[in-house]
Amino acid sequence: MQELINNILELLPFEFLSYAFMKNALLAIILATPIFAILGTMVVNNKMAFFSDSLGHSAICGIAIGMIFGVTNTNISMIIFAALFAILLNLVKHKVSYGADTIISVFSSIAIAVGLAILTSVNSFNQYSNILVGDILSINWNEIIYLFFTFVLILVVWYNMFNKLHAVSVNSTFAKSKRINVIIVDNIFVILIAIVVMISIRWIGILLINSLLILPAASSRNIAKNMRQYHFFAIIISLLSGLAGLITSYYYDIPTGPMIVIIAGVIYFVTFLLKDKVKG
Amino acid sequence: MGKEISCGFHCIKANHIGVKLGKDEILKDINIQIYCKELTVLIGKNGAGKTTLIKALLGEVKHTGTIEFMDTKENITRHLRIGYVPQSINIEKHMPTTVYDLFASFISKVPIWLKIDKKAEKKIKDSLANFGVENLIHKSIGDLSGGELQRVLLAISIYNEPNLLILDEPVSGIDRNGIKVFYEYINKLKKEYDMSIILVSHDFDLVKKYADRVILLDKTILRTGTPEEVFLSEEYKEAFEK
Repeated sequence: MQELINNILELLPFEFLSYAFMKNALLAIILATPIFAILGTMVVNNKMAFFSDSLGHSAICGIAIGMIFGVTNTNISMIIFAALFAILLNLVKHKVSYGADTIISVFSSIAIAVGLAILTSVNSFNQYSNILVGDILSINWNEIIYLFFTFVLILVVWYNMFNKLHAVSVNSTFAKSKRINVIIVDNIFVILIAIVVMISIRWIGILLINSLLILPAASSRNIAKNMRQYHFFAIIISLLSGLAGLITSYYYDIPTGPMIVIIAGVIYFVTFLLKDKVKG
Repeated sequence: MGKEISCGFHCIKANHIGVKLGKDEILKDINIQIYCKELTVLIGKNGAGKTTLIKALLGEVKHTGTIEFMDTKENITRHLRIGYVPQSINIEKHMPTTVYDLFASFISKVPIWLKIDKKAEKKIKDSLANFGVENLIHKSIGDLSGGELQRVLLAISIYNEPNLLILDEPVSGIDRNGIKVFYEYINKLKKEYDMSIILVSHDFDLVKKYADRVILLDKTILRTGTPEEVFLSEEYKEAFEK
């Protein structure tokens, strides 16, 4: 399978694809950017930018806890931790009627601090420092397989549950009166964010991961007129930023993650200026 | 509209509803009986517990007591379908959500981000037509006036023909004329559907005109009866005229 895909990629007329790491990076971007775009639409609608940011930061605690329990695969310990943390944050968000962002911040601060304390005390922080900035050029085939399954999972859930998710986002009491199980729908959504954030953190890094979630969706929102356009534009913008970022970083020797985010940021401002023209 | 013929035999009973929040007793021993095709209006000062009572009926807050839906003709208890019209929704101006998107997310299984469900679109149009807003189906929610949005929400909330429709102060943010139009729609709903309606209101002039029954609330029911009975009562004077 890997060989087949590699052979296909080699047929493309791009010089940079002669390197194995660039092939892997390209595949990772093609799989990951659409996922970020579609999850981002709901993160933006629900004003959860801060929530997803906190979730990303807590990854460092997930890695540390995984090490204590001797889970060798950091992806799995991080995902389990993040899923639990996401449910906890969600619970907190619903229990307090105001100032939820303060309490979310308290939780993520503790998670970061505990994570840093554990990692440095066992003297392995340096080993994990690339988690902060990420490195897409080091992504391996196994991680691409992970990304592929995440991609399928997100599409399946989005196909079957998006309408309910949207209904809950509009007004949860309203959704409840229509027999939608608000708590389950809400928690599935935050678990999805947790999974995607953790799967991708190795290559985009804690510091920038939230930008990938927010920027394409926020740009698309500026110019889209309905839900179909909202998703379509977000996916296109996300994919374009990813590909352009990868190629630019290859030719100009700039780190890929930051380059992707810079391009997405520029696109955001362009759509912002187009907003009034498109929407009248 | 008007598929079902009302019987007048359905009855919703709330028995001894009480709500406590920590040490505070918000509601105490509320007993309500509501027949179908009746508009019951809930009035009371700020903080009287109107919204809490509605949330209790919706099952949103923990409460003591029971809520029954009785068919008095056959003398059996049935499952109660409650429709609810929210006070506000989380859709800002410029959000890419159309009336179709909003409506379909409640009634269609076809994901609204992928394509338009033609069957649902037809049903939505028919449903919106009951409120004279079918031409808004592909308009952005953010571009609707307060009154238009209110009618769209009404259409969604009665789509599955609930036995009880609950409206929580729906008239805020709408001009005087819009309020009148709104009451006329409520009145039409009451007449044409087999449905009870509970409305929280501040507009006492219109309450006098349209309500069948008024409940004056302040932690418990101070007075209940026809609009004349309640508005002329000592309890009403004490609550509002002091």
